Amino acid sequence: MSLDTRPLVDPGAAHGPGPRRRGERLLPAAVAVALVAGLGLFLLPLAGLLLRTPWPTLGNLLTEPRVLQALRLSLVTSLVSLVLSVLLGVPLAWLLARTDFPGKRLLRALCILPMVLPPVVGGVALLTAFGRRGVLGAPLERLTGVTLPFTTAGVVLAVTFVSMPFLIVTVEAGFRSVDRRYEDAAATLGASRWTVLRRVTLPLLAPSLLAGMALAWARALGEFGASITFAGNLPGRTQTVPLAVYLELERDADTAIALSLVLLVVSVGVLVALRDRYLGGTT
Amino acid sequence: MRVRLVTALTVLATLLLAVACAGTTGRPEGGAADPDAADSGRADADTETTSTPLRGELLVFAAASLTDVFEELGSLLEDAHPELTVTFNLAGSQTLAGQLVEGAPADVFASASGTQMDAVAEEGLVDEPVPFATNRLAIVVEPDNPLGIRTLDDLARDDVVLVLAGEEVPAGQYAAQALEQAGVEVSPASLEVDVRAVLGKVVLGEADAAIVYESDVVVAGDTVQGIDIPDGDNVFATYPVATVTDARNPDAAAAFVDLLRSPEGTEVLERYGFGVP
Repeated sequence: MSLDTRPLVDPGAAHGPGPRRRGERLLPAAVAVALVAGLGLFLLPLAGLLLRTPWPTLGNLLTEPRVLQALRLSLVTSLVSLVLSVLLGVPLAWLLARTDFPGKRLLRALCILPMVLPPVVGGVALLTAFGRRGVLGAPLERLTGVTLPFTTAGVVLAVTFVSMPFLIVTVEAGFRSVDRRYEDAAATLGASRWTVLRRVTLPLLAPSLLAGMALAWARALGEFGASITFAGNLPGRTQTVPLAVYLELERDADTAIALSLVLLVVSVGVLVALRDRYLGGTT
Repeated sequence: MRVRLVTALTVLATLLLAVACAGTTGRPEGGAADPDAADSGRADADTETTSTPLRGELLVFAAASLTDVFEELGSLLEDAHPELTVTFNLAGSQTLAGQLVEGAPADVFASASGTQMDAVAEEGLVDEPVPFATNRLAIVVEPDNPLGIRTLDDLARDDVVLVLAGEEVPAGQYAAQALEQAGVEVSPASLEVDVRAVLGKVVLGEADAAIVYESDVVVAGDTVQGIDIPDGDNVFATYPVATVTDARNPDAAAAFVDLLRSPEGTEVLERYGFGVP
């Protein structure tokens, strides 16, 4: 396990004093204390989780039917949410990166808001919009009989609300970094706008898109507050892994810890996959 | 390139923060309800009238169904002891029991069921529990009962969106017991983490019906309609309370438990729809 967690430790080292300042060995005591406390804050909970993990029974715990149910539901909802995020988020990212219009800064703020909004507030907001008495939810139920709260679709909606901004900001940065001269050249050579997008822009955008997808997916997989508020908790239908962790903690702490470990491993996996992008080069 | 790295790091930092926030959302910690924290200097003259002045903070872990009645009782105690601040950690009894077992500091634990109290008592974390209140189940529906729900049987209807508390929650245990007694098989839309979350789903209109405590119906007022469950089909809850063995404020903890069982406390409990054992 120590091998797996190594990338989490490395960024701390990578962002420490650079080679030029190696000579200044002595840090002020206060800074040293802050460093130790800061690292401790991040590392001790991880260490605690690993120490409390019931390794011998881990396999059994994770293959319990109710655990598998939660894992399956989390996988399905986070992947569907990821598809939605790409379909809805990439056009928004393009709009923010490539066009100019009044109110663009406001639009960007709105798109990013769910990143900083407490997820439970997101859940309440979703209820007011898509709940049975919601602005859109009420007419939706009247016309089609469809309601979103307490459904798997409701989970996907909540999870997408919270995770799509991560894709938008990453892909927007990607659009900005694509050298427009390539696109201009392709257009000059007679390529249609669609061809330029498909053959030039998207391939150049691919690394950012993949990074955004990884971030959005990881966030989707971990979503708790908006989901439980908007979609409730029912095993097999709306109880994703984070909800199961919360509830298992009251029934069987070992199962909760085992599931937490799964989410931790996935999170570390995402960081490792993105290390070139976010962890300051190769490790 | 530098700008991009800064953006990327900002994104990453936000991600980490967001994940950290997500992990804590929904788990109520102490201090959620602290109406008079900044009010300790009020009415100094009163201090002399009480024989043993209580001071500092009293931290009470209480079942979610006790939210409103305990807030009133806490204010009563604070009025009698101006230097005392009563703080509540309100959640499903099973959550509170879990927190106590994990070492959360508390002075008093009031549970909606003996099961959770026993779990804590077995760990030697509380002194002798005593029953202080009783409660009974009730069905709640939307005001004016648009679906015409009358009995537990109606909760099994396909057109009724029913929400219950989870099996780990006392209210969920009691509800399951009542439904089983009545031979009713339901398919709830959601299993909530405490009884107030259950009630909230009906108040918000997301659920058509739910099983909560009679005391919750009293608190909800006009926002829902309560439907009585006859004694024969009902389940009666007994609420135990205990002082925590390692209480930081044992005097105040004992005073709070005494208040619950005093005529004054009994009057308040009854006003909020609880019975007294």
